Amino acid sequence: MKSLIDILDLSTKEIDELMACAEDIISNPDKYADKCRRRKLASLFFEPSTRTRLSFEAAMIELGGSVLGFSEAQSSSAAKGESVADTARTVSAFADILVIRHPLEGAPLVAAMNVPIPVINAGDGGHNHPTQTLADLLTIQAEKGRMNHMTIGLCGDLKFGRTVHSLLQAMSRYDGIEFILISPDELKVPEHVKTDILEAGTCSYTETSNLMEVMPELDVLYMTRVQRERFISEADYVRLKDTYILTPDKLKAAKSDLTIMHPLPRVNEIPTIIDSDPRACYFKQVRYGKYIRMALILKLLEVD
Amino acid sequence: MHIDSIVDGVVIDHIPAGGAMELYRYLGLDKLQCQVALIKNASSRKMKRKDIIKISGNIDINLDILGYINPGITINYIQDSKLIHKFQPTLPKRITGVIRCKNPRCITTIERDVPHVFKLTDARNAVYRCIYCETRAKREPF
Repeated sequence: MKSLIDILDLSTKEIDELMACAEDIISNPDKYADKCRRRKLASLFFEPSTRTRLSFEAAMIELGGSVLGFSEAQSSSAAKGESVADTARTVSAFADILVIRHPLEGAPLVAAMNVPIPVINAGDGGHNHPTQTLADLLTIQAEKGRMNHMTIGLCGDLKFGRTVHSLLQAMSRYDGIEFILISPDELKVPEHVKTDILEAGTCSYTETSNLMEVMPELDVLYMTRVQRERFISEADYVRLKDTYILTPDKLKAAKSDLTIMHPLPRVNEIPTIIDSDPRACYFKQVRYGKYIRMALILKLLEVD
Repeated sequence: MHIDSIVDGVVIDHIPAGGAMELYRYLGLDKLQCQVALIKNASSRKMKRKDIIKISGNIDINLDILGYINPGITINYIQDSKLIHKFQPTLPKRITGVIRCKNPRCITTIERDVPHVFKLTDARNAVYRCIYCETRAKREPF
């Protein structure tokens, strides 16, 4: 039984099929309204999450299925010291598919190794969050109409951001992708990501600390939060924090069909004034997240 | 010094001098009931000094790990006092229960029953990563 633990569990062909299915769901929601009737999704959230949990639950409900589960470890047997494997085994007796978020890296894989039903990783610590990446990919596909030959700028915290690393990993498999990595020195993409992903694939990349300078080249701008706690020196944070705030002035230099994305939640890096700009796609991204999760549930449950 | 030739068993040769004891522990040879000889600092034309381990009897131990520890080692299978198979180990695709993941956020550091499993992700540079969190294994010097 196939599970989704890491975005690389899916080939580009499978990702393309999922995106095609999600686009069909968007166009013909009624066709899918009953596809998962009598099927149950168990959402095991060992740490709090709003967006991801509700997105999965909404996805299953829109497919006509039901949802059970818990939204924090305190309300599960984990609070009594039960192992992830045992919790997963127990819940697998009640559900057809498991969605798991856990603060420990690798917990969803342990669950997948111990149950006979599909498991979806909904985030394991700072490690993987493959359905966020799928949401990002569908946003790019839906907004740009293609997955190849484009320049993608990633801006902000490129060192610790798991969504950034997964997106680099997923997009580097498509042809003609140029990444522009925009960050302060303190938050640059780690060396191992460069060697394992960027230098191993066919994509090209450049690094800069100046967002304004590269703005005219970008087809996609993926913004992330610059977090205070990542800096050793408060002075450095204060010096850099406003560098990567997207303002209407900065956007004047951008292409008219730029796609602005953000995994959310945002703090101040995208002021609300940008929300009304037609290029702002981060709330659409949330919607795309639900549709791609619907497509994923259908695929893993092998529903036609 | 004289150590009898073995009739049936395995000879692990070309172990870097001083490494036999560590290898003995890695392979769990202390748990075997058969005769095991450790030869330290034997003369070697190629290595000047080397260690050798001789294990007598038909044993069932996984020697794949030797490829991870040191691919220069030679493994000789002996049957009826004849050498029947001689090879240098290759890098195993997976290693279970030998290396511990050092990432404090990895599930293996909290849940004791989860086996420590590493997979080969870059054969050219002999890079192994934890299957759960992808943390790179630290190669312990032999």
